[in-house]
Amino acid sequence: MKRLLSGNEAIAYGAWEAGAMVASAYPGTPSTEILEYLARMPGIYAEWAPNEKVALDVAIGAAYAGRRALATMKHVGVNVAADALFYAAMTGAEAGLVIVSADDPAMHSSQNEQDNRQFARFTRIPCLEPSDSQEAKDLTLAAFDLSEQFDTPVMLRVTTRICHTSTLTEVGTRREQSTRIDKYPRNHQKYVMVPANARKRHPVNEQRILDLAQFSENFAPNWVEMRSTSLGIISAGVAYQYAREVFPEASILKLGMVYPLPVNLIREFAGKVERLIVLEELDPFIEEQVRLMGVQLYDPKDAAGYTPHAKLIFPITGELDPAVVRQSAIRAGLIEAPVQTKMQGPIDLGFALPGRPPVLCAGCPHRSTLYILSKLKLPVNGDIGCYTLGVTPPLNAIDTCGCMGASIGVAHGASVAGDSERHFAVLGDSTFFHTGMPALLNVAYNQSNVITVIMDNRITGMTGHQENPGTGQTLQQKETVTIEFEPLVRALGIERVLTLDALDIETIEKTLKDWVKLDGPAVLITKHGCALLPEERRGWSTLKVNGELCNGCTVCFRISCPAILKSEQMDPKYNRPLALIDPLMCTGCEICARVCPRDAIPTREQMLAQEV
Amino acid sequence: MSPQKMNFMLVGVGGQGTLLASDILADLGVRLGFDSKKAEIHGMAQRGGSVTSFVRWDRQVFSPIIAKGEVDILVAFEKLEALRFLDQLKPCGLLLVNTQVIEPITVKAGDSLYPAQADMQAAFEKTASRVCWVDGLALAEKAGNAKASNVAILGALSALLDSPAEAWLEAVKAHVPPKAIEVNRTAFRLGREQLLVEV
Repeated sequence: MKRLLSGNEAIAYGAWEAGAMVASAYPGTPSTEILEYLARMPGIYAEWAPNEKVALDVAIGAAYAGRRALATMKHVGVNVAADALFYAAMTGAEAGLVIVSADDPAMHSSQNEQDNRQFARFTRIPCLEPSDSQEAKDLTLAAFDLSEQFDTPVMLRVTTRICHTSTLTEVGTRREQSTRIDKYPRNHQKYVMVPANARKRHPVNEQRILDLAQFSENFAPNWVEMRSTSLGIISAGVAYQYAREVFPEASILKLGMVYPLPVNLIREFAGKVERLIVLEELDPFIEEQVRLMGVQLYDPKDAAGYTPHAKLIFPITGELDPAVVRQSAIRAGLIEAPVQTKMQGPIDLGFALPGRPPVLCAGCPHRSTLYILSKLKLPVNGDIGCYTLGVTPPLNAIDTCGCMGASIGVAHGASVAGDSERHFAVLGDSTFFHTGMPALLNVAYNQSNVITVIMDNRITGMTGHQENPGTGQTLQQKETVTIEFEPLVRALGIERVLTLDALDIETIEKTLKDWVKLDGPAVLITKHGCALLPEERRGWSTLKVNGELCNGCTVCFRISCPAILKSEQMDPKYNRPLALIDPLMCTGCEICARVCPRDAIPTREQMLAQEV
Repeated sequence: MSPQKMNFMLVGVGGQGTLLASDILADLGVRLGFDSKKAEIHGMAQRGGSVTSFVRWDRQVFSPIIAKGEVDILVAFEKLEALRFLDQLKPCGLLLVNTQVIEPITVKAGDSLYPAQADMQAAFEKTASRVCWVDGLALAEKAGNAKASNVAILGALSALLDSPAEAWLEAVKAHVPPKAIEVNRTAFRLGREQLLVEV
């Protein structure tokens, strides 16, 4: 029976049906749910690794050991894992090895929109790209078979609209795979990439990609749909769905394998249509290769309103959708502009619409530290996680943010460059494990003046509460060791280390102000569970503003808590609104109570004392 | 209006249950014999940001995204979000709005004003062929649990679509925990009845 499955769930089913035995990943939107689904399926070992490079090494090791293995990550995770991807492309493996790259066109939840099909060409491995959940499952299965047939890692490239779209999918049964070898390989020429062996492997890999190109000519997921011959479209991924929707009459060459490309199939298709275009998201990946084949693509440069850019017709940035595709096609003279009568024009409201940006949740344990940092007015180098939201007004507390683990290295660089201000680095528990550790080791080793704050909220927060080495639990809910930050940081060579409750805002302020005056590296660990964790939720309670003490001074508004509102009641002396706490949102973290200069928000302890 | 080819857009704020409602609606499409697709953006769902999803029913659905101006029914779980995504609606489209107000941080911080009800009403009526209101929160509280407001809103939507309640209730049942089925069933009925009375 067919069921509605998200692309991520479908990939999990695909890996499970393919008999995969090991899966490793680091969480990252839009890829996270793949491992969460897989972890609940029988007969498969699934884990969170501290970062994507480790995850891919783990999958490679499992595949060397003859077990089908999978590593999943978001697009930027492949940057972290790239070293492993390159050597795996050289060695191949003993069993199927699949890497899932979940790209994020439009950057719904990312720092860039890199097109990871480029990694397939870069490393000379095949890349499969599904256009719905059924194909996501089918191509995951195909990826394992292909990996074994050609002794190569295979990339399954998906995008946010595939991962987080549910479409009807047929679920099958698991094809149990016996371990493909009796003993871990001692095949040094193949698996030990010293120069002498690597030099012999490179030509093997170049031949492999030629063989794959030959194979792709008859690969069933590359198919031709002949309709009208006046327009032919080469497409792949979710863009194929837009092609079907916007050009119902056009003929389509739908590619399930986007690297290497089937040269003859493309030439043959080109020969059957009057005009040929490529419809793909982000980079002109297919387009450039087709042009290199000497195949003539429709060039709209004579069409009215055409402006040349890096791609012939469709935008190179952002996400496509039927409206974007239709607009581009009209500009390129491919279709007629619709008669305007039935279109909804832009709506002029006559007033500005308030934005609704994401904010740190009420009760977020990061808030106190970010507020103190905003008060110190020193440069704060940020990292990837919920705390990046500290960049929004009124906190404005984050000055740089590039990629996972960047905070400490960037702060160190500015510091050793002789920048006159004292530099902070802030990052979360999971991000510290991910790539913060080597950077902190560098701070200790080269003794820069960086003050690092590890905001330990006891969970990987931004991606929706995944376990990590600090949580004492694995992905498959097994009890395990809990890695403590203080001994770890000391072992990395930092001597000035302190752990504080993240809600103890007074001591955090005092400590940071003291440390700024002292030379040498230091690490403050601000520890408190994410307010949304079940054990934290149990302790939620609501605070109240005492309207007789509050004079509307606005200090509590500056901590950027969504539970603090401006009341309609005005302070008679200063004529400004008093503070009001939203009882539905307040968790009782007491940060507002602690920053209030007039003690107008009683803490729970004070409330209890009053009742007695 | 009996169910046919349909483009739904659901908009709201993180925590309102829009994504669960989208799952139920997509599932219902399958139960009614359609091809059905549901697309959502939920990266910031827990942090008070806007949450949007598309649900499409047709004989065969291609794009998971609905082109701007082609939404048949816009279901807004929050009034300001209805206004924000109003231009997604087709000219003769329907608008179902939950009366709930959730002030964004920009309003709470005093940087901007939450639009006046009269202005919103005027914009809604100018754009949609029909505007329906439902107080999902009050109905859910009446049913016994404020969390069921999303299902109360679906109840109201079911009245708009003039479709049998049984299929809806089966879809609801498949997506809520067993102990919450009764409350959700009641919330659904209340939402449906309220709108049926108005019609």
